[in-house]
Amino acid sequence: MSIIAEYGQWFIILVCIFGFLMAWGVGANDVANAMGTSVGSKALTIRQAILIAMVFEFAGAYLAGGAVTETIRKGIIDPGLFASSPELLVYGMMSALLAAGIWLVIASIMGWPVSTTHSIVGAIVGFAAVGVGSEYVNWSKVGSIVSSWVVSPVLAGVISFLIFKSVHKLVLNTKDPFASAKRWVPMYMFFVGLLIGMVTLLKGLKHVGVSLSFWESFGISLILGVVVMLLGTALLSRIKLDPEENRDFRFTSVERVFSVLMIFTACAMAFAHGSNDVANAVGPLAAVYNIVSSGGLVASKSAMPAWILLLGGGGIVLGLATYGYKVMGTIGRKITELTPSRGFAAELGAAATVVLASGTGLPISTTHTLVGAVLGVGMARGISALNLQVIGTIIASWVITLPAGAILSILFFFMFKGMFS
Amino acid sequence: MAAESPLMALFGRSPVKPMQEHIKIAHECVTLLIEFFDAAVEEDYETAEKVRTRITDLESQADDMKKDIRSHLPNSLFMPVSRSDLLELLSMQDRLANSAKDISGVMLGREMIIPKKIRKSMRKYLQASVDTSEKALGALSELDELFETGFGSREVKLVMGLIATVDKAESKTDELEIKVRKQLRGVETEYPPVDIIFLYKVIEIIGDMANYAQRVGSRMQILLAR
Repeated sequence: MSIIAEYGQWFIILVCIFGFLMAWGVGANDVANAMGTSVGSKALTIRQAILIAMVFEFAGAYLAGGAVTETIRKGIIDPGLFASSPELLVYGMMSALLAAGIWLVIASIMGWPVSTTHSIVGAIVGFAAVGVGSEYVNWSKVGSIVSSWVVSPVLAGVISFLIFKSVHKLVLNTKDPFASAKRWVPMYMFFVGLLIGMVTLLKGLKHVGVSLSFWESFGISLILGVVVMLLGTALLSRIKLDPEENRDFRFTSVERVFSVLMIFTACAMAFAHGSNDVANAVGPLAAVYNIVSSGGLVASKSAMPAWILLLGGGGIVLGLATYGYKVMGTIGRKITELTPSRGFAAELGAAATVVLASGTGLPISTTHTLVGAVLGVGMARGISALNLQVIGTIIASWVITLPAGAILSILFFFMFKGMFS
Repeated sequence: MAAESPLMALFGRSPVKPMQEHIKIAHECVTLLIEFFDAAVEEDYETAEKVRTRITDLESQADDMKKDIRSHLPNSLFMPVSRSDLLELLSMQDRLANSAKDISGVMLGREMIIPKKIRKSMRKYLQASVDTSEKALGALSELDELFETGFGSREVKLVMGLIATVDKAESKTDELEIKVRKQLRGVETEYPPVDIIFLYKVIEIIGDMANYAQRVGSRMQILLAR
């Protein structure tokens, strides 16, 4: 107890810095993956993508990011067991943040594909299992998180497959694809609004202190869906068939219709990403803050203060503004093969999956989910050339990242323990 | 310090546009044959040689494109069409350019004199072969639409129709070939036998060229059949 009382201020300052750096890293690298598809398909310029990301990452983090933060804070390890020595939990969470952050920097310099989510989960499990004792880890929760890493890309793939199949049937394989696109694209927009509304209202807002019944939420989400649809229809009315541009490739105008839709799915993607990945930075921060502010009481049920989510959101926005735009450009240039009629299907499938995981409190990798979604569109014969070796790379990144995060976090844990106790 | 994102590594280069560019160049070789032939008939082999240089330049350009496409189609690529079918299609396209090079090569090498009596029908025959290649180009120009629609049934039907026009053009070329051979047979004793042998050779390659164009069509059909 005395350690907490003595160094409490320092812990808060340190963990805020680490958490902010981590959020910066998420903004600098991860967001670019979430938004790169929209940039690559030329639905958005980099500048527009950044603006959308800033608004919706933040909204996602604030409105729907609570559940995953809870998991990181007190789902993977059982804080109740730390009641007699809360300082260990403080060291652990600080080490986990620092380890994941440093590992991300190393991996980025080396050009290895790693996931923020996997780093932080590995780091938390690492310090708890080795630094404190394996009984402190909630292994069944860890098991469900790890299996969600396999399930989420597959689920996103299935959803995107079905979405693209519907596009194929309703729009592309019709007599007048342009008219069909104009008719059906607003429906997809409606679903985007409904999806975001449902997750926010059912799962997210209770962390902000608002509680609605299922049917109230459903009603409001329906209204949101309609509003989004009307907004989209207004934007679509400006898209006119241009026979000149269709001479060489008859679907140019159709793709322009879909690129309007992609503005909306990009918003959904940023929202989804914010709701899931901000927790990686903010969860440990919240854990430490809770202990210190209650003077060492671990099991306190107090709600997470809003400023913590704001700090996370702010870090992401800063990461985006200082570095993320570059990465976004790089990714955008590389994936130009993804046209809006495909890109939207992939984004919507991925966003739906991520948002679902956020609602359930499962930390997953947005990038891997998006890869699964793109593969799903590919399976529906939607993409001309996909490199399947990526699947191996992803599995390799799991295998490397988890132990790497864990080992670094164990090292830092003993370092902090030696410094303060 | 950007990590290589798995999302970036996921996308291979689409072969669609390069395939279309390739047959465009190959067909350009083929159409130059008309200009070449008209010069050769006038026995103006100076002009013919200039045209021939353009043909060989384009042929080697097509060759480079073919190699480039192949090198970007590794085995690990996942595509909506079979990779081997696509490569077969590519090599048929390439043979169009090769035929054009061969025809002009044989004619220029021998500074061939075309017997007056067959000039008209041979020109017609060559034109028919060039037309077959043009129909194949037309079918290939739908390749991007095919991929875009995810091989939708409507688009497939449209392409099948285009492939049928290739077949039709090829059989017209066949008929004209028989006619030219018959005419040549009537006058063949009036000319040095070796020249005539090579003239028959040229007639044969012109027919082959139409055949390759037709096989571009049938390869495309196989591509769709999956």
